Amino acid sequence: MITGLASSALDLRRPHRMVERSVMVYRRGWMVIVSGFFEPLFFLLSIRIGFGALIGDIEVGGRTIGYAEFVAPALMAAAAMNGAIFDSTMNVFYKVKYSKLYDSVLATPMTTADVALGEIAWAMLRGLMYSVAFLLTMWALGMTGSAWVVLAVPVCVLIGFAFASIGMAVTSFMRSWSDFEYVPAVQVPLFLFSATFFPLSQYGSWGWVVQLSPLYHGVALVRGANLGEWSWTYLGHVAVLVGLAVVGLTITARRLRALLLS
Amino acid sequence: MASAPLISARGLVKRFGGFTAVDGIDVEVHPGESFGFLGPNGAGKSSTMRMIGCVSPPTEGELSIFGLDPVRDGREIRSRLGVVPQQDQLDVELTVEENLVIYGRYFDIPRAECRRRAAELLDFVQLTERARSKVDPLSGGMKRRVTIARSLINEPSLLLLDEPTTGLDPQARHVLWDRLYRLKQRGVTLVLTTHYMDEAEQLCDRLVVMDQGRIVAEGSPRSLIAEYSTREVLELRYSPGTNEARAVPIADVGERQEVLPDRVLIYAHDGEAALHEVHERDAMPESSLVRRSSLEDVFLRLTGRTLVD
Amino acid sequence: MGTPAAVRVWERSLLQHRRVWRTSLLGSFLQPLLYLLGMGLGVGALVDGTTGSPELLGGVSYFAFIAPALLAASAMLVGSQDSLWALLDGFLWGNQYRAMTATPLRPTQVAAGLSLWHATRALLTVVGVAVVLTLFADTRTWGLLLAVPAGVLTGLAFALPITAWTATREGDISFPAIMRFAIIPMFLFAGVFFPIEQLPSALQPVAMLTPLWHGVELCRASVLGTLGAADAAVHVGALLVYVVGGWLLCRWAFTRRLAS
Repeated sequence: MITGLASSALDLRRPHRMVERSVMVYRRGWMVIVSGFFEPLFFLLSIRIGFGALIGDIEVGGRTIGYAEFVAPALMAAAAMNGAIFDSTMNVFYKVKYSKLYDSVLATPMTTADVALGEIAWAMLRGLMYSVAFLLTMWALGMTGSAWVVLAVPVCVLIGFAFASIGMAVTSFMRSWSDFEYVPAVQVPLFLFSATFFPLSQYGSWGWVVQLSPLYHGVALVRGANLGEWSWTYLGHVAVLVGLAVVGLTITARRLRALLLS
Repeated sequence: MASAPLISARGLVKRFGGFTAVDGIDVEVHPGESFGFLGPNGAGKSSTMRMIGCVSPPTEGELSIFGLDPVRDGREIRSRLGVVPQQDQLDVELTVEENLVIYGRYFDIPRAECRRRAAELLDFVQLTERARSKVDPLSGGMKRRVTIARSLINEPSLLLLDEPTTGLDPQARHVLWDRLYRLKQRGVTLVLTTHYMDEAEQLCDRLVVMDQGRIVAEGSPRSLIAEYSTREVLELRYSPGTNEARAVPIADVGERQEVLPDRVLIYAHDGEAALHEVHERDAMPESSLVRRSSLEDVFLRLTGRTLVD
Repeated sequence: MGTPAAVRVWERSLLQHRRVWRTSLLGSFLQPLLYLLGMGLGVGALVDGTTGSPELLGGVSYFAFIAPALLAASAMLVGSQDSLWALLDGFLWGNQYRAMTATPLRPTQVAAGLSLWHATRALLTVVGVAVVLTLFADTRTWGLLLAVPAGVLTGLAFALPITAWTATREGDISFPAIMRFAIIPMFLFAGVFFPIEQLPSALQPVAMLTPLWHGVELCRASVLGTLGAADAAVHVGALLVYVVGGWLLCRWAFTRRLAS
């Protein structure tokens, strides 16, 4: 894996050209991106209106906070995951199998590593815009806990990086559209059971299962940033996400070579 | 030719698992030449083109393009190549002009220069008025011309065309041939695959006939016809299913006879004379045709099969 | 005189669906089960532990509150997804519907067959959720039998109008906006996760106009055994307005598109 990574890293010169292409495409489709900003608004409002009255303050890590303040950062992390998964699965599959975009790109001096990293970089860039919008919405609705919450943005980009890498790696093994029906079967449990909607303590002796979820580590970081708390365990959470990203990226670069350069 | 070859292949092999697509071919293409790979689908033409395009590593043998190694120097070689793949693979999310511009950007050509070249190339393929149109609504012939314009954005000295006119209507084919001929006149080296005889005769100075991964003949269209065929061919049609029987009494007419499912071919220097001979022997066909010999006949002679896919 | 035309169209959808039935079965059992465990039990523990919440929920546990609503919500999600991209495929990329009308089938019969298929999909989805609900004591009631047709009606109240819309479209540009600005907001605000009485008073009448709210109320009251005749009539009536209106629009749109 080390040598695979090294050789693909050597082959990396202009991944930003893939980003340039996406910018060209979305220059016309800016409405899609703008309308995406409404999503956090709807989700956060429903939390505020619905659960504001139904759920009182809860206790996390010895502190008592409002439920909205508890859930909002987790939703932000989950949104980063969902966006990255969408961009790196269906979108990429379409380009590999149907539009043959990458075949034509690879006929130029571009390499598979350029394509893989370029596409992931674009997914992250979209994730960045989305996270900023999410944060602004949270702030406007009074759901932010401290100024440190700005750190939630880079954390969300990291979450996006990890899931986009894994998503692309998984996509490279997909044979047909119906294979994608299994994606929600993984995504929904991650969304619901990563200490997103209720604290880890509530899982009792099943807490260790939750910690297997990569999203759990992302949620813990964003939540920590929102509360302005520091703990050495955060380094572990970051390491998990970085590790996932590296593994995913390595598999993806290799698989793309096998798929497109045979 | 004194100049060093642009493409040189020796004992080139491509295997996919147990299947051998290209089975040890030797090819040399020189600058300014227009070179063709002729053969039916599955002959190994596209696999050869993909190896030359540096998107498919050779299994065995030597291959050099511009004197460089496609595995080690793939990036450098690709930066000097133009590629027109079998399927257009245009970027359907972009307009015609944007397709050309972003393709130039993949070669690291400055944006302004890309736009200048795009305008020039769209003029060359007569699509200036469609520059801002999306790709999808264009006709097959137009898409093909966009693909050719796109392949020229890096001003390549070598252009690879994989079945450039397959699936196009006759008018579209002639427009395309005209543009390719102009490129050739400008000194661009053309390497193309085709399973159309007329295309090979129109475009190629020299060609190889491929069958089942091997080269079975090589030469100019004219020399191949002279070597493997006769000046004229007489085609006879009998009622279905009777060809074999009807061919027997006229077996020695002309120089050679070929019995196909739908017709009997007689190779002769003088087709009219051969037809006269057939009439003399009371082997009256339902219809007959005398034509000039073509590469199709060469192929038939070499492989015993017609070029149908 | 043989199989009715609409049934033949329906059979084709069934054949197409048979290839993916396993994954879609997975979806229709697993998704609601996961939501019940996560939202119903997990978040439910937080809600039920908060003083004052049971009053807001009409005296029931949070689990009992959202579980029946998932019947209607699942039917909505399946019904709207089926009638967007998959349906446009038949008009645009696959062009199967025009191929059908090249046979003696009339456009209206194609529309009828597809509507029958929507009903089948809604039924399969709702029964899947209902089976999951029988796993929990709170929702294991005879009222589930009543909630199933209510769920199917909800599914059709989405599938038919959206099908009519799709039949007039040449591309999928508007589809993400339909999901984002209609389906998702209904899912979040039309009474599935919290009573609409908690919405700002100006928005409550808006929520009451949505088909999802009527479907949710019908399913919830059926399962919890609190359904009154007058309420039932209002909710069923409202859903029928969407279903019948959607059907009329479908007939019009299919005829206009395919009869040329």
